[in-house]
Amino acid sequence: MANGDKNAVKKISGAFKRGSLATRLSFFIMGAGHFLHRRYAKGALYLAVQVLFFLFMISGGAQTVAHLFSGDLGTRVSGEVWNEELQIFEKVRGDNSFLVLLYGVAALLLTAVYLYLWYQNVLDCYKADVMLRKGERLPTAREEALRLINERFHIPLLLPPLLGLLVFTVLPLVFMVLIAFTNYDYAHMPPGKLFDWVGLQNFKAFFTLSGGTSSFAKVFLRVLLWTFVWAFLATFSNYFIGLVLALAINRKGIRAKSVFRTMFVLAIAVPQFVSLLLMQKILDGDGILNKILGTEILWLSDQRNFSLLPRLMILLVNIWVGVPYTLLMSTGILINIPSDYFEAAKIDGASPLKAFMHVTLPYMLQVTTPYLITQFVTNVNNFNVIWLLTGGGPVDNIYYGGGTQAQSTDLLVTWLYRLTTDKNPRYNVAAVIGIAIFIICATASLIVYGRSASARSEEDFQ
Amino acid sequence: MRQRTRTRIADGVIYLLLTALAILWVLPIVYLLYTAFRVQPNTGIINQLIPENLRLGFGNFARLFRATDFPIWLKNTLVVSISSCALTTLFILMVSYALSRLRFRMRKPLMRVLLVLGMFPGFMSMIAVYFILKAMGLTNSLLALVLVYSGSAALSYYICKGFFDTVPRAMEEAAVLDGASQPVVFWKIILPMAKPIIVYTVLTSFISPWCDFIFVNTIIGESSKYTVSLGLYKMINAERNGFNDNFTVFCAGATVVAAIIVTLFMAMQPYYVEGVTAGAVKG
Repeated sequence: MANGDKNAVKKISGAFKRGSLATRLSFFIMGAGHFLHRRYAKGALYLAVQVLFFLFMISGGAQTVAHLFSGDLGTRVSGEVWNEELQIFEKVRGDNSFLVLLYGVAALLLTAVYLYLWYQNVLDCYKADVMLRKGERLPTAREEALRLINERFHIPLLLPPLLGLLVFTVLPLVFMVLIAFTNYDYAHMPPGKLFDWVGLQNFKAFFTLSGGTSSFAKVFLRVLLWTFVWAFLATFSNYFIGLVLALAINRKGIRAKSVFRTMFVLAIAVPQFVSLLLMQKILDGDGILNKILGTEILWLSDQRNFSLLPRLMILLVNIWVGVPYTLLMSTGILINIPSDYFEAAKIDGASPLKAFMHVTLPYMLQVTTPYLITQFVTNVNNFNVIWLLTGGGPVDNIYYGGGTQAQSTDLLVTWLYRLTTDKNPRYNVAAVIGIAIFIICATASLIVYGRSASARSEEDFQ
Repeated sequence: MRQRTRTRIADGVIYLLLTALAILWVLPIVYLLYTAFRVQPNTGIINQLIPENLRLGFGNFARLFRATDFPIWLKNTLVVSISSCALTTLFILMVSYALSRLRFRMRKPLMRVLLVLGMFPGFMSMIAVYFILKAMGLTNSLLALVLVYSGSAALSYYICKGFFDTVPRAMEEAAVLDGASQPVVFWKIILPMAKPIIVYTVLTSFISPWCDFIFVNTIIGESSKYTVSLGLYKMINAERNGFNDNFTVFCAGATVVAAIIVTLFMAMQPYYVEGVTAGAVKG
């Protein structure tokens, strides 16, 4: 990245030193150089970009950015102010820290986009200079447009999706990451009460181990551990049960294969939140399962043994929800295993179990590594299963609870969700947890992605 | 001979296991249907599996369509899912094609950035998304839902790109030699070959609005703009005594949604399996 920055600076200063008047002019007025080169259409587009950006900056954009860097996120609280002259209370619209931050980030992103276009404008102009010096003819507007659908087809293809990404993912993301450095919580809710930067204070709480069993750091470690255990068990239980079922259904002597397959796959048709709510009602203390068994087992809210029973039930229900998908997937892949492998194993006198361990399993694992990573990450973020079954509960005030608002079966995500939707929300803490989730998932997937063959051998099949 | 009896016994055991498991998998669905058709008793909880005053019928469905906003929710969900599915599919295809087939300077870094961006939990930024939509004057509108559902489509390029990677280059090279432009190659050659993965993408993106209730809950406030999932969810979770009064109707609604999804799957299942495996099969 730093390398690229240096390169960009070098290129731009080189363009200024060696460029013609046209190029130098384009440093100040975008498109001016293009006009001098008689490339009116492109020049007009660049000029329009600059005019629009300046209009935006004048009409409040500059103020927003300035506010973002002023060191605070607003000081004037909205409310009523006594007007001495008129002898009445006047409503005054004060600052709103939330909007200051949001609009500030948006304006910054827009500025980044503008700078990139400005950079392109200068380089493009300089390139034209070089071509003119060599006595080459400049491309016409028509030719340039044609290039967009040929050599540079990736630009029109990528632009709309990336724009969507910028507005609905990158912007909110940067915003929420910044929230982690503020004191935005129930005690600082704009517009009534403003929030402000607090530096690393929120992170510090996660690294301070003292303060009883339910200190933030300890609760965080517990939730983190359970998130890992859950993601690991959930991913592999689904994977292996799905694989074994697929093998059983695919077995030579078994008839009515499609009947079996349909019975399992039917579960996919019911929307997940419906089947999960249904399961929750079935497993409830007053639910039908206890009525049938004549028992009073708290399947989803028994706190004993570190809430072991609810944890097991969640895993079981997750198997019910997830296995149909893995069944479908492994059925498809099993069919593709070259049959010579099995014949070779048979000739060597391998038992079915051995053939499974030495042929089927290695093949499956190799082929489905990307799938397993995505599943692991999905399970780290598996909000629905936990939230709809136990809501993160049962509440356990000894090991969780306290001021942390965490509960026994909470994953990091459900904890994060509770922190933002609770009656006493703590957006700043939630943002820290979000960053933690991100670091876990991103590291895991980047390591595996970098090592997996699929990144290197993407052209193998072409 | 001994070998054969052994195989027979193994077969028998597997049949037994498969049947038991299949029943286990179908049971909750049977319970869902049973509750949906259970007109009497109409409470959420019943004390016996088959109570004495049991009456089955279509009453819950009648109530669902006449006494609740379900028809409106159904229409909303259809509008949202069809448009977001079209937009999402288009976006994913565009990104995957560019990343798989075209070669440009920022390709590898872009792939990595997209991979990493996808790792942020979506609803960490939900409140910010809400305010962005508010600034655009879009809250409480179905358009907002469409934008939210398809706005980050570029992040799920992975499976589709994996599929494009497996399509042989020879065909498009021939077309390019014949003078076809890139858009023509994209539309006329690659897309027809990518049918399984398109079906897969269409199916998954069509279904997600039917299942999400978290984002809708944040963005939409008016009951007339609810989607099916939020409407049903609120039916038993938001109203007082909602579970006891509405559980049977809730199940009826869930049955309708499930029926729609089943129909879609049935029509597209052969392609679906093909699409999933084609993307996943990459060593």
